[in-house]
Amino acid sequence: MTETVAILVSMILAAAPLLFAALGELITEKSGVLNLGVEGMMLAGAVTGFAVTASGHDPWLGVIAAAAAGAAVAAIFGVLTLLLLANQVATGLALTMFGIGLSALVGKPFVGIPLEKLPALPIPLLGRIPFFGPLLFQHDGMIYLAVLLTLGVHLFLTRTRAGLIVRAVGENHDAAHALGYPVRLIRFGCVLFGGALAGLGGAYLSLAYTPMWAQNMTAGRGWIALALVVFATWKPWRVLAGALLFGGFTMAQLHAQGLGLAVPPEFLAMLPYLATMLVLVAISRDATRIRLNAPACIGKLFHPDD
Amino acid sequence: MNFAKWALALAMLAGTAGAAQADPLKAAWVYVGPVSDHGYSFQHDQGRKAAEAAFGDKLQTTFVESVPEGADAERVINQLVKDGNKLIFSTSFGFMNATLKVAQKNPDVKFEHATGYKRADNMSTYSARFYEARTVLGTIAGKMTKSGVVGYVASIPIPEVVSGINAFTIALRKVRPDAVVKVIYVNSWYDPGKEAAAAKTLIDQGADVIAQHTDSPAPVQTAEERGVWSFGQSSDMSRFGPKHHLTGVIENWNEYTVQEVKAVMDGTWKSHDTWGGLASGMVQLAPFNPAMPKDVADAANKVREDIIAGRLNSFAGPIKDQDGKEVAAAGKTLSDADILGMKYYVEGVQGSLPK
Repeated sequence: MTETVAILVSMILAAAPLLFAALGELITEKSGVLNLGVEGMMLAGAVTGFAVTASGHDPWLGVIAAAAAGAAVAAIFGVLTLLLLANQVATGLALTMFGIGLSALVGKPFVGIPLEKLPALPIPLLGRIPFFGPLLFQHDGMIYLAVLLTLGVHLFLTRTRAGLIVRAVGENHDAAHALGYPVRLIRFGCVLFGGALAGLGGAYLSLAYTPMWAQNMTAGRGWIALALVVFATWKPWRVLAGALLFGGFTMAQLHAQGLGLAVPPEFLAMLPYLATMLVLVAISRDATRIRLNAPACIGKLFHPDD
Repeated sequence: MNFAKWALALAMLAGTAGAAQADPLKAAWVYVGPVSDHGYSFQHDQGRKAAEAAFGDKLQTTFVESVPEGADAERVINQLVKDGNKLIFSTSFGFMNATLKVAQKNPDVKFEHATGYKRADNMSTYSARFYEARTVLGTIAGKMTKSGVVGYVASIPIPEVVSGINAFTIALRKVRPDAVVKVIYVNSWYDPGKEAAAAKTLIDQGADVIAQHTDSPAPVQTAEERGVWSFGQSSDMSRFGPKHHLTGVIENWNEYTVQEVKAVMDGTWKSHDTWGGLASGMVQLAPFNPAMPKDVADAANKVREDIIAGRLNSFAGPIKDQDGKEVAAAGKTLSDADILGMKYYVEGVQGSLPK
């Protein structure tokens, strides 16, 4: 029984960084902006969170600093694409590389320093339930934060006026502009939010998952998070499920190897992207399905008519 | 017209001849990871620094770090040749083909490739018999494991890694005949997240000792967190696992690097292959953790001394592979060629070798 729990817990832990980054990117894409710089923002968050904590501060201060760092890199993206009208795809890619390089530079003095893992916060009574206790209620604070954020993003988008406005901007920015909403400002806010959450995802890696700093330690998780948003058809709870699934693919591959099963590791590494492609094909089969799922104005540049 | 060309050529010849004597030797190093990894690439860089210390102004060094294996490597090495470097150390197995290609096009530049097997008139290879250190590690693991399951976080299924796994397993089963080794490949030399996940998986599957052939301290860190023994790789990783890091495999390239640079400077450089073991000092063991019981440390030291003295060979027969077939008879030892081309697991390793 405990081995099953251990495997499931490892899936949850592997899913956490993907979940943070994907939720942030979901909000960004819902507002119509395609931010491909997630990987760079995750790394910016990872190095900042680690640097702050390793310099003797509280790890939660490191987490906040990581979110700020992710948001800062996202702000650069926002200015370039929303104000200066640069191509979103190219700018995102450039910022990924920028984030990778800058984080490596900033992180140089911090390589080889071990840190105490973020402490686990077991929930008092619930944590003692036989199977579900260790599975769900004995994690560190960031896992709980990730789940709360999923709930928050869902409620925001479906139940609040502000969320409705964000969706409107993403569906038809000209109509939103005609109604008088500050399209670029709203998008900028969503981009900042996306960057902050990507920073949190990176911080989870460097403060909780493997408490150390190593150059390029996200190792492509930012790209998986981008695929995850599409795989989940831009719905927060599906992002949670998808993150667990993708985390599951990684752990399954490792467990299969440990058990001596002859599954080529490359195949399982491909699975997240294969799954996403299948979903894309499924939702693109006819115009109605596309309209119901993807924000209509994603990636399109907005020229205010003033 | 002819005379002018002649005079120009002569002048240039004289100039370069004079320059060769006055200018320092330009040497370059190519690393697969960051120097700050405090591990594999860091140790190679220590070699470069040793050369700098030994030759001062007569040597001008440069290095490029975090070069991905593959096409990028060729571009980087070509650029280093264009920059005027006359001796280039490419320090990862995956740089082999790139180095060979550039070497064939630039016969006046000398190349030193670490951990590979292809050579040319101007390309040497060098490596350390890491598997000898793994024999000592296997001995320690055999005495320290209670569950009889040892986890091995491996990088890529190349012969160097496989021979390490095999030497480790052979020594392990000499002490504990029923022990098994579970291997997980993370398909990278340096990916802390995946290495940690692999270590977690192995521990969840019953391992109480974790060995690694990857370059980050993540497995040692994970093992420390779960209260499981660990062995580090490439550098002393004890600060990542103060209570549970037993020892580790450390490379030392300093003397070899200085020797090769001197050979180029003296003009005596020849293409050759060097494969130093524990005796040469090219591979060493990290300091033993004080938590290691005395009898275990004594056994480990005896094995180490026996290997250095030549009394013990890591691959002495009888050796059976996973299918039970005998690959070395009693009284025979595996040859260098056998070890370099090793593509099978010995008895006691669980799982099949990925192609």
